[in-house]
Amino acid sequence: MTDNILLSAQNLSVRFGGVLAVNNVSFDVRRGEVFTLIGPNGAGKTTVFNLISRIYTPTNGTIAYAGPGGAMLPLTDQPPHKVAGLGIARTFQNIELFEHASVLHNLLIGRHTRRETGLWAEMFFTRKVRGAEVRAREKAEQIIDFLDLQHYRDTLVAGLPYGVRKVVELARALCTEPQLLLLDEPSSGLNMEETDDMAFWIQDIQHELGITVLMVEHDMSLVSKVSDRVLAMNQGEVVAMGTPREVQAHPGVIEAYLGTIDDVSNLRRPAGSSLGARA
Amino acid sequence: MRFIFKTSYEQDLRLAKHGGHVFWYSLLAVALVVAPWVAPEYWLAQLTFVLIYAIVGLGLMLLAGFTGLFSLGHAAFLGVGAYTQAVLTGMGWPFALSLACAAGLSAAVGVVVGLPALRVKGIYLGMATLSFGFIVEEVFARWESVTGGNSGKHLVPPEIWGFKFESTESFYFLCLVIAVVSTLAILNLLRSSTGRAFVAIRDSEISAQSMGIHLAWYKTLSFSISAALAGIGGALYAHKLQFISPDQFNILQSIDLLLMIVIGGLGSVHGAFLGAIFLITMPQMISLSKDWLPAAIGQAPGLQAVVYGVVLIAFVLFEPMGLYGRWLKVRTWLQMFPFYRRGLFKRQKSFQKSDRLR
Repeated sequence: MTDNILLSAQNLSVRFGGVLAVNNVSFDVRRGEVFTLIGPNGAGKTTVFNLISRIYTPTNGTIAYAGPGGAMLPLTDQPPHKVAGLGIARTFQNIELFEHASVLHNLLIGRHTRRETGLWAEMFFTRKVRGAEVRAREKAEQIIDFLDLQHYRDTLVAGLPYGVRKVVELARALCTEPQLLLLDEPSSGLNMEETDDMAFWIQDIQHELGITVLMVEHDMSLVSKVSDRVLAMNQGEVVAMGTPREVQAHPGVIEAYLGTIDDVSNLRRPAGSSLGARA
Repeated sequence: MRFIFKTSYEQDLRLAKHGGHVFWYSLLAVALVVAPWVAPEYWLAQLTFVLIYAIVGLGLMLLAGFTGLFSLGHAAFLGVGAYTQAVLTGMGWPFALSLACAAGLSAAVGVVVGLPALRVKGIYLGMATLSFGFIVEEVFARWESVTGGNSGKHLVPPEIWGFKFESTESFYFLCLVIAVVSTLAILNLLRSSTGRAFVAIRDSEISAQSMGIHLAWYKTLSFSISAALAGIGGALYAHKLQFISPDQFNILQSIDLLLMIVIGGLGSVHGAFLGAIFLITMPQMISLSKDWLPAAIGQAPGLQAVVYGVVLIAFVLFEPMGLYGRWLKVRTWLQMFPFYRRGLFKRQKSFQKSDRLR
């Protein structure tokens, strides 16, 4: 079973001043699965993402990642810009696209880790650079076909609607040809139809492209539709882990989202005391 | 409206996208080549200055317009190039070699100045480069054994394989060739992965980094290429004036350079050239208009500074995309007539960025 692990986080903790944002979190992501982090606001899900993409450094604990050679290597030793080259791509909760560039341009930036040419060759735009540019374009076009973005190819990102931007960001991440794809709330801000599309794409990414997906998501119907395993967090700690069904039924998870019976009864006002009583 | 039928990926890599480009840029090339025989000598000299400033502008455009790093001390790189050229040609070095050294030394200084850019952003980078500009200006004034101090330094005309570029015409052609080569180099860079990395850093550092772009390396690279072009421009500037002194490379020069690319249009290569044309022709326009204006305004001291200030404010308020942006709008209006909508170029308010990660 250990051969199958792509990413392994052990005893992760991060402290920002007095806040313990992530406290002793451990989990393994297996090759080929969709692994989802859920939890209420401030649970530390995005912080875990930022730890993996090396924007933050953990105060404690290790992250090991099965690199291209297959051996587990400590991710925490890598500088942030090396993470993409190892095969980890990510999207952002608030969309971080290159807004004043076209969709195609954004996707080509996604090919950066696979670039083949150096500065001087590029300055003279040699035959080799030309060939490399065409190959990068071919790969970008495959992703455009995969995600049905043909219509938006030459549009500036600044002029695109939110839902399309979300897909473009996914496309840009796929352009790096990742092994592991980190999706930070892929369905936030999307309508029902777009969310359904997103669910299909995540399944296609898993099955057709064979990419392992680690995602943070709040939409439970999407989570239970696509995830193989779910990790629930609350206030920086692991509450439960298992299949979507198991986790949703876990009393700790219900408590984290809704509070306990006692909490609710405290909030309830005596009947008929005011106009707002029905609320 | 022109619709381009695309049949291959190579087609998108071409610099001239369609017949219109080929036609108009060929026409421009012909006009520039015949200019020495057509234009009066005074205007040819002005055109030479336009080319020199455009070379510097290209560098600053790469830095500010494409990488998003603003430099308020770019005149210092101009000065480093100018003084290197003056000293080396004075020692009898050949023109091409001293030009390469001027570019190289400016680039090296650019790397040193680029280092704070890795730590500071926005206005703080402006302050760092501003103070760098003051330091360099002071060095030019004090290091008298090399620079000649405030009394300045004279230059000999450039010479390649025994041919002296003494006349206005020959020096114009020299500048034209260097300007064309620099423009092509920048255009090539911008259509390949390095140029895309610059644009990525400008638009979102956090996601550029997670796309595998080494921020420190590319920011330093942008600074050094930008400084190298400023150095080349400085060397040509020194040859053109045949005399340099520290006060030519002061803060006002830096501001002129920044003004040039903002008015030209940030984020476009055309902008560097349009800005240079603006910067060179504006003083002539002002002195021409002096005869028409009432004496109280026309003869007032500091008229040029006021006009520059007003123009800059007007551009920032009404046309942030600069002259090139205005041209794009006019062209679109003509192409789409009568269907142009006013809101066509309006930028949507951008969504909340993950600033807290920075």
